[in-house]
Amino acid sequence: MNYAQLPLAEQLILTLAAMILFTSFLLLAQTRIVSLIHTFAWQGVLLFLTTCLMAQSSGRYHLYISAGLTLALKVFFIPWQLRRLVIRLNIRRDIENVGGSSMIMIAGGALVIFSYYVALPIRELSELATRNTIAISLAVILLGMLMLITRRKAVSQVVGFMSMENGLFFAAVVSTYGMPMVVELGIAFDVLVAVILFGIFFFQIKAGIGSLDVDHLNRLHEVD
Amino acid sequence: MNGWILAIAQTILLLLCAPLMTGWVRWVKCKLQSRQGAPPWQPYRDLFKLFKKEVVLAESASPIFRVAPYIVFSATVLAGSIVPMVAIGLPTSAIADVIVLVGFFALGRFFLALAGMDVGTAFGGMGSSREMTIASLAEPAMLMGIFTMAMTVHSTNLASMTRYLLEQPLQLYPSFVFSAMGLLLVAVAETGRIPIDNPATHLELTMVHEAMILEYTGRHLALMEWGAMLKLMIYGILLGDLFLPWGIADNLAPVALLIGLVSVFLKLFLLGISLAIMETGLAKMRFFRTPQYLGLAFILCLLGMLSHVILEIN
Amino acid sequence: MALNFVYLAIITALASALLPILFFRSIVATKYISFVLLGISGLSGALGGGMALLGKVDISAELPIGLPWLPCHLHLDPLSGFFLFLVSLIGLVAAIYGPAYVREYQQGPQPLLPLTLFTGLFVAGMDMVMLADDAFSFMIAWELMSVSSYFLVAYQHQNETNRSSAFIYLLMAQIGGLFILLGYGVLAGFSGAFDFASMQAVELSPAWSSLAFVLALIGFGMKAGIVPLHVWLPQAHPVAPSHVSALMSGVMLKVAIYGFIRFVYDLLGNVYWQWGVIVLSIGCVSAILGVLYALMQHDLKRLLAYHSVENIGIIYMGLGLSMIFAGTNHPQLAALGLIAALYHCLNHALFKSLLFLSAGAILQQSHEHDLEKMGGLIKRMPVTAFCFLIGCISISALPPFNGFVSEWLTFQAALQGTILTNHILTALIPIAAAVLALTGALAAACFVKVYGVCFLGLPRSQNCAEATETAFGPQLSQILLAVLCLLFGIFPTWTVSQIDGIAQILLPTGMPTATAHGWLWLTPVSSDVASYGAPMVFLGIGVAWLLVWLWLHPRRKNTKIRTAPAWDCGFGSLNGRMQYTATSFTMPIRRIFRPVWSIEESYQQPEQQSPGGRYQLKVADWAWLKIYQPIGRLLLATARRAALIQGGNIRIYLVYSFFTLLFLLWVVSL
Repeated sequence: MNYAQLPLAEQLILTLAAMILFTSFLLLAQTRIVSLIHTFAWQGVLLFLTTCLMAQSSGRYHLYISAGLTLALKVFFIPWQLRRLVIRLNIRRDIENVGGSSMIMIAGGALVIFSYYVALPIRELSELATRNTIAISLAVILLGMLMLITRRKAVSQVVGFMSMENGLFFAAVVSTYGMPMVVELGIAFDVLVAVILFGIFFFQIKAGIGSLDVDHLNRLHEVD
Repeated sequence: MNGWILAIAQTILLLLCAPLMTGWVRWVKCKLQSRQGAPPWQPYRDLFKLFKKEVVLAESASPIFRVAPYIVFSATVLAGSIVPMVAIGLPTSAIADVIVLVGFFALGRFFLALAGMDVGTAFGGMGSSREMTIASLAEPAMLMGIFTMAMTVHSTNLASMTRYLLEQPLQLYPSFVFSAMGLLLVAVAETGRIPIDNPATHLELTMVHEAMILEYTGRHLALMEWGAMLKLMIYGILLGDLFLPWGIADNLAPVALLIGLVSVFLKLFLLGISLAIMETGLAKMRFFRTPQYLGLAFILCLLGMLSHVILEIN
Repeated sequence: MALNFVYLAIITALASALLPILFFRSIVATKYISFVLLGISGLSGALGGGMALLGKVDISAELPIGLPWLPCHLHLDPLSGFFLFLVSLIGLVAAIYGPAYVREYQQGPQPLLPLTLFTGLFVAGMDMVMLADDAFSFMIAWELMSVSSYFLVAYQHQNETNRSSAFIYLLMAQIGGLFILLGYGVLAGFSGAFDFASMQAVELSPAWSSLAFVLALIGFGMKAGIVPLHVWLPQAHPVAPSHVSALMSGVMLKVAIYGFIRFVYDLLGNVYWQWGVIVLSIGCVSAILGVLYALMQHDLKRLLAYHSVENIGIIYMGLGLSMIFAGTNHPQLAALGLIAALYHCLNHALFKSLLFLSAGAILQQSHEHDLEKMGGLIKRMPVTAFCFLIGCISISALPPFNGFVSEWLTFQAALQGTILTNHILTALIPIAAAVLALTGALAAACFVKVYGVCFLGLPRSQNCAEATETAFGPQLSQILLAVLCLLFGIFPTWTVSQIDGIAQILLPTGMPTATAHGWLWLTPVSSDVASYGAPMVFLGIGVAWLLVWLWLHPRRKNTKIRTAPAWDCGFGSLNGRMQYTATSFTMPIRRIFRPVWSIEESYQQPEQQSPGGRYQLKVADWAWLKIYQPIGRLLLATARRAALIQGGNIRIYLVYSFFTLLFLLWVVSL
């Protein structure tokens, strides 16, 4: 099927998918913590729009509920909580020095090509017009993982983890019209609880070793 | 024959309207900054004044210094003659494709940088060094953006690229969206506007383009300034006509040409306003932050290419 | 007919080497006899090669010299003709340049005779490589070429660094030759005979074919100068006399490309696309690293040598694209890639030789080889400056000169990558094109630096303030090359139609659509896809320039030109030390691409009350530090261990003999 023959709504979904990938790249390069949280919120907005469009073009109206859940949690609640956490931990104006950011970007590009290569046989199984986005969602997951690896501050790593979950949700929406509602709600509550727990843990870590730099956790090893 | 006459007329129109574009951007900036500002046709007055003035050459200037304005101006005029401004089907568009267009700008920039180094002062050297560095980082981004579009259109001919979107019903290509954003960033860098370079600065240490033409006076300076204005107009037309081609004339009928003329002026009008808003809202970046800016442009164009390969072909 | 011209070329080259030995007492006779004969060799070789290419000849011959069962096979076809044309043309130009240039060696400590002897042998060797049609004569001619160029590189052997550079060069040439020999060995093992015709006929399994390919890639790559096998290039090329550097950089590297193309396209025949990916990536890495290393050099000839690495990278990129298309069954596009690579060979030979000859002229007249000591030479050496400018514009790939055409063709070949069904390749090829764009832009930056620092501005040393223009010979040779650079830029369609003949014999088809619209338009795939009207571009720039000048000319009566001191912020007394230096010009790039080099920067604070301080910058090649020095240390350590066998004690040697005798007796008894 030629790209030009797809209806406008599907083209818009594909464009939004590409923009979600772009926000993943932006997350890799952000140095300010507050901008990181805002970019993550924007990724949530794009995800919300995509889910709504999928719901409308495919007629599966339960996706609207998923979209609403995404909006409530990923665009408003979680960023709000993270922002509050950051202010209370007094790291609001911190800037994280991402060493070798050009190499990280190149690695990100390579990951996108790699996830395309991996997703090629999976593509054949789906009949949706949006099946090409499976590669994009896999890339978002892998970029989230890359963020977890390359960042030193704990809050950045939490955002990376969240974006991985975004990628998973996106993969579910575009390849199989969303997950069963029970699974959906379960995952959403798990993520919610995780954020609250992260908040508690961060206070403890900061009180214990005085900083949220995960490299300083090295002090917790047996042999010196 | 008709086509050639029209092509020459279009080039002359481009030449004559380029100062108006620069003047328009300056005027909108002034209004946004709550200043009175000079009227939009002030650049015409500046050029007239410069052409009448005496030329003062530095003692250490060489023949390259005197020849460079002519070469820069000629290369830019030739670039302007192949860009589809009012109509697409002109014969001049077969002379060169978009990669040759990039080559023309590179030729102009080469001689501009040589002219900067010619007099033997530190300012010119600094301007040349910075300009060539920015150019070398902008080229891969620009090429990637052009390639992305060429991969969809299967051509690098400017007429074919413009005609492609025109002939289809309204489409939304993610690759085009990303290329547009990336090429917009690259265009700002290549034409030397804020946040890369401040065209209105008087502080030598903040100059890039102005530092290279610091020693020029009289008609040489007029040619250099006019060339820069032409470059801005050409980039504006390229962005407008490649990504929003609706309105451009596909044949040589007078009505179509008139519509084409009105539409291109409308696009430049709007582009000028958005450029002025961007220049007023942003501050000029420190020079060593431009690699990050151009890296962002490259990532955008790269994502455009990847989304073309992943999303748009089957 | 064409073959006779080539025979004449080889014979006169050998004569130019050997005949002056008879006249060794008279330096003038030596010089003129050798250079005149070299010029004749160049002229007839160019004629022969040109006729072979244009006439699409295919002549074979057999000479009775050689081994008893392996006479010397010779073969002249358009591919050999093209490269013969290159070699001989640059040989001719070098011969015109030579007499005035070697004047400075006439009083020198070393005699002139070795220079003329080995130059002649070098050119003869290169010509013979092109003609060779069996592995044996190929290797003999190849070794003749390598060894005679070793002596040329070591010509000024009084200097310690020259000797070590020559040694590295010889070592790597020999290792490369060994790999090539092994590659031929694999083919000969399957075909049973050493001549190319039987090697062409045999079919190899993919594994053996790939092994032969890898051996040829490493062997020919070492001579061509791909990264990381390039370390000998920036050491050897600056050290040789300038017309020899022009020959080495301009044509010897192309002989390696010829060997590679002959081996892969002709002898192996069946090209796999995976090979193309390897060649493309090697090309990308060589191009970008070559230009980045070149940017940091401030010795003029070393900088030009690194640029040769970059251009070889670009040629390999074209070859890689061609192989990818050939391996995925798109022969016409493979022809496009091959044509782009061959055109770039031609262009590089022309503009690199021009740049080296001009650099030699500067060296001879100003006795400076460091960019940081030059400046303002445009006023002292106007002809050299003009020709060098043409060379700079050509190498920076700017229209309307020749460098632009081959880069444009390479871009067009890369763009056709969308036709591939393997989408991963479709994603990777534009990235390679972006690397090519980055390379081109960085090359332009480098040559703005070179031209600006060397010719423009104020002189930075007394030598440069007093330099004078060269003699007529060097001027003529430079002007000739500059005119050719312009001509091959303005008439690309004719050139492409001639090079197409090579593609037609190596690949099933050529690229007929490229020249389908007449001599004015170059349309690689079709006129809708892309077209380039080079003569019109040249005309357009000229017309625009003329019109503007005519419009402004009458005003000159009213607005005279007045000279005044340059703007100096009111401080006065500008001197040459206040300008940008070559190192400072490239500082932003050094900062941005920092991990590419191994940089040591040091700044010593001045003592109190005295101005300035001491700033030192050392930029080194990672390949040398990380690959070659460790290998060298490992070899030396192993050699030291092995040297323990030589104990020096005679009883130990008797023990060795005794045990060998016991072992042999035991073996015999089995």
